[in-house]
Amino acid sequence: MSQHAAFSSSTQPGWLSTIGAWLLAIVWVLPLLYSAWAAFHPSEFATRLAWDAPLTLDNFAKAWEAAPFARYFLNTTMLVAMILGIQLVLCTLAAYAFARYEFAGKNLMFSLMLVQLMVMPEILIVRNYQTLSQLGLVDTLFGIGLPYFASAFAIFLLRQTFKTIPKELVEAAQMEGASALQILWHVYIPLAKPVYLAFSLVSVSYHWNNFLWPLVVTNSVESRPLTVGLQVFASTDQGIDWSIITAATLLTSGPLLIGFLIFQRQFVQSFMRAGIK
Amino acid sequence: MKKWLTAVSMAAAGLCTSATALAQTEVPFYFPIAVGGPITKIIDQYASDFNKDNPSYKVVPVYAGTYQETIVKALTAHKSGKPPAAGILLSTDTFTLADEDAIVPIDNFVKTDDDRAWLKSFFPAFMLNGQFAGKTWGVPFQRSTVVMYWNKDLFKEAGLDPNKPPQNWKELVSMGQKLTKKDANGNVTQWGVQVPSSGFPYWLFQGFSTQNGAILANAEGNEVKYDDPKVIEALQFWVDLSRKYGIHPPGIVEWGTTPRDFMERKAAIIWTTTGNLTNIRSNAKFDFGVAMLPEGVRRGSPTGGGNFFIFKKASSAEQEGAFKFAKWLTQPARAAKWSIDTGYVAVSPASYETPELKKYAAEFPPALVARDQLPFAVAELSTHDNQRVTKALNDGLQAALTGKKTPEQAMKDAQAEANRLLRPYKR
Amino acid sequence: MSVTTRHIQAYLLLLPAFVFLVGFTHYPAVATLIDSFMSTPRAGRAAVYVGIENYQVMVEDPIFWKSLFNNLWFALATIPISIALSVAMALWVNEKIVGRQFLRMSYFLPTVLPMIAVANIWIFFYTPGYGLINQFLQLFGLPGQNWLGNPSLALGAVTVVAIWKEAGFFMIFYLAALQTMSPSYKEAAMIEGASRWYFFRRVQWPLLMPTTIFVLVNALINAFRLVDHIIVMTKGGPDNASSLLLFYLYEVGFKFWDQGLASALTVVLLFILALVGLLQFFLLDRRTHYR
Repeated sequence: MSQHAAFSSSTQPGWLSTIGAWLLAIVWVLPLLYSAWAAFHPSEFATRLAWDAPLTLDNFAKAWEAAPFARYFLNTTMLVAMILGIQLVLCTLAAYAFARYEFAGKNLMFSLMLVQLMVMPEILIVRNYQTLSQLGLVDTLFGIGLPYFASAFAIFLLRQTFKTIPKELVEAAQMEGASALQILWHVYIPLAKPVYLAFSLVSVSYHWNNFLWPLVVTNSVESRPLTVGLQVFASTDQGIDWSIITAATLLTSGPLLIGFLIFQRQFVQSFMRAGIK
Repeated sequence: MKKWLTAVSMAAAGLCTSATALAQTEVPFYFPIAVGGPITKIIDQYASDFNKDNPSYKVVPVYAGTYQETIVKALTAHKSGKPPAAGILLSTDTFTLADEDAIVPIDNFVKTDDDRAWLKSFFPAFMLNGQFAGKTWGVPFQRSTVVMYWNKDLFKEAGLDPNKPPQNWKELVSMGQKLTKKDANGNVTQWGVQVPSSGFPYWLFQGFSTQNGAILANAEGNEVKYDDPKVIEALQFWVDLSRKYGIHPPGIVEWGTTPRDFMERKAAIIWTTTGNLTNIRSNAKFDFGVAMLPEGVRRGSPTGGGNFFIFKKASSAEQEGAFKFAKWLTQPARAAKWSIDTGYVAVSPASYETPELKKYAAEFPPALVARDQLPFAVAELSTHDNQRVTKALNDGLQAALTGKKTPEQAMKDAQAEANRLLRPYKR
Repeated sequence: MSVTTRHIQAYLLLLPAFVFLVGFTHYPAVATLIDSFMSTPRAGRAAVYVGIENYQVMVEDPIFWKSLFNNLWFALATIPISIALSVAMALWVNEKIVGRQFLRMSYFLPTVLPMIAVANIWIFFYTPGYGLINQFLQLFGLPGQNWLGNPSLALGAVTVVAIWKEAGFFMIFYLAALQTMSPSYKEAAMIEGASRWYFFRRVQWPLLMPTTIFVLVNALINAFRLVDHIIVMTKGGPDNASSLLLFYLYEVGFKFWDQGLASALTVVLLFILALVGLLQFFLLDRRTHYR
């Protein structure tokens, strides 16, 4: 990986770099390619890489029928939408407080919030499950989302962004007699749009793919999200048909995959923006 | 007068039907899948058939994963106050479920002579794991024994009589040696014998241990004998199959892929549940046989599979529905059909007398092997705090099979752990 | 607006978020700590105070130590390798290598997939006999391995999956940092005729330090937080060879229903995360002035 050629003689990266980069990329994308192979060909060819193997969509049809994936999709979509919606509201309010208010105990509250960056709800899974069961919210979508409604990450990001809003804009609005909430709505939020987009992509990604907590919380098909549905379906005890399992796997990651391929730039920008802060 | 009576009774009947239609009780029913085949479809069909016959109930089947996952789900649901009404769980989980006060004894629902006859109609071997403290806590539904499948074509290729499977441990080894094939590089392409050891190796191991004359746990469920010399011997034999004789894959063998390995001719002889019979029959492209497990000092296999349980926190209407469903599912004709569709042992001797099963068994004798093995079958390993006590044995078995510990050390460690866990139950 | 009104407003703004924060992070943390000193309630027997008994049981439990040790090994293996790979990826994508869109997509793709999906795909890869990796090895006449069924290999196999999933994610952060780096450094290096490696080692890497710290902390937290792949691929086996702390916690809490022991395990996990938090605090403090 090291290049000892003098810099000035190569504004273009050397061939060693190029080969290395490409090799890694191919290795990286291989698992996905292989599972696509297995999913689009009949079972007999799942493990045999024959060039003349017939393509088929059968596996996807079978996978779709074998488990209520439509319901799982609905559940997951509702879940991530609900979580995102509530997160945006709650975290905007909290970030606003941290960014533009001075009050006793501010540092303490801020530190308390930062704890959640380290300690995610899954760590405290045993206790959190009990809380949920005491609230009677086990096996509900709302129950799955509950621990995540306040996202320390979002509060942190938004606070940083709000802090950079120029004071002149705020003062101008104040002079027009706007209340605190109105200023938030008309000044802060519109200017923080890119950050909201960034966070939304991160949140949707995270909660679409979340597994352990939903596994513990859900029992029935009505509230099961895709990840849990896929795992229950792909349970190895029933004898494995790789073609169907890979088809199901691609089905469940499909939306995110396609979304990513189309909105690649935005995705990467979002995560980058989230990271810079 | 008669006309008037008829009119009244018809009106009354009409009222009743609409009343029951209004008062339909939902009966959530958790079930696991541990074998290949279109099980979900079959169960869904049973549920809809039952619902048609019994419009006041609506059984709602919920597929919950493996046995282990299903009991987690069931107990999680029970602890949060929203249990299913009924579920199929491992018969070995009876102690755990009772300790958690999650289930009601079936005896509570047995009221008529008909019911009593039904409760007595099952194979006694299958009732063993469901009974303690004088009560019956669950009734058999998908029960099995371990059986041995052998590939007749591969036997022929190896110069063995395709109709004579190994009858004892010695023959298992000698035949296995003839059936193991290697390629030019010395890598094995075909194993003589394959016994899965992932997930729940204790079940397959009980085959070996019983054949060597050892019993692993007592009926009260508070004592185990993992470190009995006969148990250690049995484990040594299993380990030797790969380490000494080279006829068995090394390390841990995956349960889920073993039937497929058999069908892909990667293994000539496999041990797995009779519940995979229909799956193998549908998919194997060669002639195969099914036999009882080979004899050690005696023949033996654990029983296995799931019992039907009724949950305590369900409403009494739900429980009644569950009980009715249990009786309906285990009627001889239906038990026979379930056995034909999967390969599980039909749960009552009466099922084997039904015309369907008689005909099927005549065409396909392997369907009777698991039942014929029942006289030699023993109760499946089951104790209080079952998951953990069994895990101690599972870990030990896996340690021995992967060579991390000697069989003696592995079993001694497992025994120590089990003793610690069972102490509170030895009152 | 009076100071008091401002105070009240601020707390009102914070209230909704904090209800959930406290409810699902702080309260359970404290409650778990208390639970760790109580026995496990069973039907008919309520929880009673038992002092440090749960901790004693935990310390005598070989599976606890195995899980802890595995987790540390796992962290030590995934973190440096992921970071090294992600730096390389970021450097490559940042430069004008042919097809960098494809590169960036390939590296980042695993991040978008659910870990469950990833795990299933990799089980397929690792299957003995006809799994892709073994097929590949057999092409060269090498014996296939039982990757997930061999206790010496299982943890390593799972580690590879984790690295595959994470490296692309960390690449993004390095990419962001690289792209905000002033081009004057590169110009200066070119003028001085410095080699690429020298430029990286002496200029880029030190400037990337804050990013590295951020990524390091993230990676540490993930090493203890992510167990989806264990649940799907090995269930902690064989013989606990791939059991991680949170996975064992899940088993103890939801399979064995031993609340006392589960709480003790959670406290250990919290302690480790607290250490990570302190680490971040000190590292950031020392290195931030580097910019």
